[in-house]
Amino acid sequence: MSAPFDEPGNATRQSVLVRPVPPSALAAAGRVFEHRAYQYRRAFRGSLVTSFVNPTLFLLAMGLGLGSYVNARSPDAFHGVTYLQFLAPGLLAGAAMQVAIFESTFPVMIGLVWRRLFHAMYATPIGPRAVAVGTLAWIAFRLTLVTTVFMFVSTLFGAVVSPLGLLGIPAAVLTGLAFAGGMGAFMATRRTPEAFNAIFRWVITPLFLFSGTFFPVDSLPAAIQPIAWLSPLWHGVELARGAMLGTVLDDPPRALVHVAVLVGLVGIGGSLFVRNVHRKLAA
Amino acid sequence: MPTDAPSPPLIRARGLTKRFGSFTAVDAIDFDVAPGEAFGFLGPNGAGKTSTMRMIGCTSPASGGTLTVLDMDPATRGPEIRGHLGVVPQQDTLDEELTVRENLVIYGRYFGLSRAECGRRADELLEFAQLTERRDSRVEPLSGGMKRRLTIARALINEPDVMLLDEPTTGLDPQARHLLWDRLYRLKQRGVTLVLTTHYMDEAEQLCDRLVIMDKARIVAEGSPRQLIEQYSTREVAELRFPVGVQETLDGQLAGLADRIEHLPDRLLLYANDGEAVAVAVHDRGLRPETVLVRRSTLEDVFLRLTGRTLVE
Ligand SMILES: Nc1ncnc2c1ncn2[C@@H]1O[C@H](COP(=O)(O)OP(=O)(O)OP(=O)(O)O)[C@@H](O)[C@H]1O
Ligand SMILES: [Mg+2]
Repeated sequence: MSAPFDEPGNATRQSVLVRPVPPSALAAAGRVFEHRAYQYRRAFRGSLVTSFVNPTLFLLAMGLGLGSYVNARSPDAFHGVTYLQFLAPGLLAGAAMQVAIFESTFPVMIGLVWRRLFHAMYATPIGPRAVAVGTLAWIAFRLTLVTTVFMFVSTLFGAVVSPLGLLGIPAAVLTGLAFAGGMGAFMATRRTPEAFNAIFRWVITPLFLFSGTFFPVDSLPAAIQPIAWLSPLWHGVELARGAMLGTVLDDPPRALVHVAVLVGLVGIGGSLFVRNVHRKLAA
Repeated sequence: MPTDAPSPPLIRARGLTKRFGSFTAVDAIDFDVAPGEAFGFLGPNGAGKTSTMRMIGCTSPASGGTLTVLDMDPATRGPEIRGHLGVVPQQDTLDEELTVRENLVIYGRYFGLSRAECGRRADELLEFAQLTERRDSRVEPLSGGMKRRLTIARALINEPDVMLLDEPTTGLDPQARHLLWDRLYRLKQRGVTLVLTTHYMDEAEQLCDRLVIMDKARIVAEGSPRQLIEQYSTREVAELRFPVGVQETLDGQLAGLADRIEHLPDRLLLYANDGEAVAVAVHDRGLRPETVLVRRSTLEDVFLRLTGRTLVE
């Protein structure tokens, strides 16, 4: 087939017939999501393998290995569940946090600074809001994949004791998103990802260690226990653990508070992300 | 399409201004771009070309003045206007992880085109950009010229009414530049309106029907390349190069030889309608330059005349 605009007049006819209609706000975010899906196609296999290997190694080493010591010494330390069953939801929420942090750091640098892909999108009818929302939607999708695989592996290890355990997936996705918006918003103000290492060392790692992930927060000194309430990850871990151990419905108001905190963070972080992407693109 | 009434401008700017904090990057400029013309912004680094292009492209709000693009106000109808523009930014913004063809398809999707339509147009544009053989290779290893052609192809995916090209050939070797000029010339022949910036006077002369010369955030002259040369320069120029140190000792010895003399660090430019005659007269006065070059005036000379500086330092 020959190029239509090689014949005079043809281009005009074509543009009348199929004049592009700017996508609606939701569709626009969908296009950004679709772009990410194209990129992901090549990385899919490797990423899936990683999603399996990570929980398997952690549950083997810590859940079974370390767990056999813990269970033998204090059989009732975790209120009737094994250490592995206690640990798995913590690791799940922690993994979601880490994936979200990565996914809202480097893709944002690529979009705004390195390859300026967000600038390319903004040269079309796509606006900064669609860029930010589409990016977050993609992170939600990635989180869903990772946590679903995590849940599958945990089930094989016998770490899911209740059918409510499936709720651990949305709980973990929500946990990740609670971090993604804020991190994306912060990285949108950077010219280099230098700050990433510091954030990982001083924020993410301490949260990972002290949010009831590996041990209950009530084994911390009483004075610093309330600090857990400040950790978004702790809320996520509590929710995921409640789901996987089947206790989430025992105290619905408490569960609702966790959800409310996380949803609030998604809202605040998401709006800041939209605002900062807009500032950067429309300078 | 022919009408007697002059067609209204596709782009109209009056007092258009861009400030970054207290710094003024574009200072109250006026211009019109008519449908189907190739319009250029010629100016040195930092003149405000990109800032102007980004305001036209509705990705950077104006700080003052008025701007209409396709009869619409960028402040309120940016997305709609952008749907009719094809943008080639100064820095490539290709997705280097995707293939050549995927870059076109995914970009078309941002304009609301169906996947089938994007695919069809992508194949035609690959042909146009002479990239069909590379359609399934990743973008990263492509040469600079190929990436630039891909960026141009990408900007055409929505069949734009106006193409905004910000320094389309900067950094390319001469062969790659000529290939690009050829493609742009074809677009022009098809009636696509081209707005381009450049700091190469040969590019401006090759491609632009009309251009403005920008310097330090302002427009200093406007016209067709030929008009500008006629208005601000002579027909010819004699370029004289003297042995090191001699040029500074020539005070007064050249008086009256040319309409105007420019002293550049490495050579003298003598402006006259007959360059050969000047060269002969120089010789008759007993002066012995190392080299003499007689050439036609170019936009470079216009720029030198207007600003006292050369375009590309
Ligand atoms: N986002 C920004 N913030 C602050 N200053 C800016 C910004 N963008 C451009 N400038 C300044 O505005 C002036 C004009 O820049 P602009 O990029 O428009 O020039 P240009 O003519 O395109 O130059 P070049 O040939 O180097 O591309 C420069 O001094 C530049 O430093
Ligand atoms: Mg520029």
